[in-house]
Amino acid sequence: MRNIKFLLQKEFRQIFRNTAILRLILAMPIIQLILIPLAADYEVKNINIAVVDNDHSGYSRRLTEKMKASGYFKLTDYSESYRKAEAAIGRSETDIILTIPRGFERDLIREQNTELQLAADAVNGIKAGLGAVYAQQIIVSFNQEIRAEWTNGLSLKQKVPVTISSALWYNAEVNYYLFMVPGILVILVTMVGSFLAALNIVSEKEIGTMEQINVSPLKKHEFILGKLIPFWVLGMTSITIGMFVAYLIYGILPIGSFLVIYTYAALYLLAVLGIGLLVSTFADNQQQATLFAFFMMMIFILMSGLYTPVDSMPEWAQWVARFNPPAYFIRLIRAVYIKGSGFEDLGPEFLITAAFAVVFNALAIFNYNKRG
Amino acid sequence: MSAIHIENLVKSYEKGKVKALKSISLDIEEGELFGLIGPDGSGKTTLFRILTTLILPDSGNATLMGLDVVEDFWEIRKIVGYMPGRFSLYQDLSIEENLNFFATVFNTTVAENYHLIEDIYVQIEPFKKRRAGKLSGGMKQKLALCCALIHEPKVLLLDEPTTGVDPVSRKEFWDMLGRLKEKGITVVVSTPYMDEASRCDRIALMQDGQIMEMDSLKNILQKHPQHLYAVRSKDMHRLLFDLRNFEGMKSAFAFGDEHHAVLGKGSDDPNQLFDFLQLKGHEQLAIRPISPEIEDVFIQLMQAQES
Repeated sequence: MRNIKFLLQKEFRQIFRNTAILRLILAMPIIQLILIPLAADYEVKNINIAVVDNDHSGYSRRLTEKMKASGYFKLTDYSESYRKAEAAIGRSETDIILTIPRGFERDLIREQNTELQLAADAVNGIKAGLGAVYAQQIIVSFNQEIRAEWTNGLSLKQKVPVTISSALWYNAEVNYYLFMVPGILVILVTMVGSFLAALNIVSEKEIGTMEQINVSPLKKHEFILGKLIPFWVLGMTSITIGMFVAYLIYGILPIGSFLVIYTYAALYLLAVLGIGLLVSTFADNQQQATLFAFFMMMIFILMSGLYTPVDSMPEWAQWVARFNPPAYFIRLIRAVYIKGSGFEDLGPEFLITAAFAVVFNALAIFNYNKRG
Repeated sequence: MSAIHIENLVKSYEKGKVKALKSISLDIEEGELFGLIGPDGSGKTTLFRILTTLILPDSGNATLMGLDVVEDFWEIRKIVGYMPGRFSLYQDLSIEENLNFFATVFNTTVAENYHLIEDIYVQIEPFKKRRAGKLSGGMKQKLALCCALIHEPKVLLLDEPTTGVDPVSRKEFWDMLGRLKEKGITVVVSTPYMDEASRCDRIALMQDGQIMEMDSLKNILQKHPQHLYAVRSKDMHRLLFDLRNFEGMKSAFAFGDEHHAVLGKGSDDPNQLFDFLQLKGHEQLAIRPISPEIEDVFIQLMQAQES
């Protein structure tokens, strides 16, 4: 016990002397929480649209105005030439072309039927997809508007026998931050817990102090605990800072209890510290550890459901995601923040994470045990 | 009982491709100051790493104070002080903090064993608040020795402690080792510097994973008498070539600003050599007999091993 106390004292002393790491731990949550949600916003604005108006009628102008007024689109070109608009796409000046055919107004009134063409530049898939969807919505609403005018708003309901009304639960206003910010917190804690710990241990290997400790009668578990505890504390600190920053900047507070988050975080940190420990057993220097951390972080982030839902991945990728610890924390922290889930709803997450903690730490200790 | 007993120790790396130790046997007495002398890559560090229980031997066995390096490694770690070749203390902790840390790791306190390190510690004590990373080479060496001594080890293993240290600090360091020996600690030092052999009770000359010779310096020199001459002339480069062409020449090699020539038995007349060289047209020729030093013996043994 005396040994562990002393190891901790030494470890914290070193951490507090390493101002670069300390600043990183403090600044990282703040900067990441400010920047990433803004950058990762899926709402696409400022889509450049070119309208090729072959009709020049009241309706065609009204549709164009409606597009402009929506806030999503910026009218870059309004002409009669499809070829000209297409050339603008080639120069990346336009994202979407809306072509209004000749006789658009006439056909609409006489035959109650006409066609419009939307062409999107799919080099940027998200912008093209969302832009096309927004444009369609606007066209549908334009359609309803004019029909309502003709029938004086009476027969709309008769004409559309089925109406679908959708309600968004838990996050009714689709607050993007509420969804993104807790997820980013998880990535932060993962980085502190796994890779800072790994780098720290590998640096002891690099400077040779590891060897000095290995020739001493210090027990393995004492050494490992001496490393795990400080980074566990750092991880808990960084999630606390992160939640505070999330409240301060975005006004986000969990609906559920902090107790659930902290209890889970305590367990989760054990699991990711196990990963860090494992990395440190086979990396010989900090360069190797850093490169490996970089590679792992990409997988952690992209396969965690932070940006894209895991359910929409192919079957094999979903299996990979099942072995990805951050995926569970992200699911859990979102549930607690947005739905207010409690312990009773989150049993599987707790159990699986506990299993991760046991497996990773056991692997690490097994690997560390080997003497050349 | 010998403090260190090593029998047929074999260790290879990279799946047997690199043979670091080729069946080494040696005994070191208690309270002895023993030197392992050999060039880089001769297997000194590997031997230390086995003795300190950091790596396992492929075959053979070794005991320290009767404890087996494989079986009783926990016990060995309590009685061995090890100073690796590279400075490996915490650079971001101060002298005092490093010392306290290693004392605690070995379940002791600085106060308890202060008498052991006092001579050395007083020299670095004025800087005890300074971080280890900011110390000069000599001070780092002293701190590392203090840390290796703080748990009162019975056996002290020092891997090239004087490499990269200035001559004055080197001399001081050996004086310190002499005092530790007087306190009854068995000290094993490895070094690539042949001139440090004279400070050891006994030495082992190592080359290519083998011990070529092991005895006290005096005995080794006596065991390998040589007809050794220092030769100079105006054209040193051609001289070496001509020396090697002399019949009865056992070996000739550059040694500082002279050449050392070892003459074989029966042809050890320096006058003949002088005439031979003069015929070759050497000017300012000078030949004088010298008594061989450890380096001459080492080279001789090395050449014998190679042929």
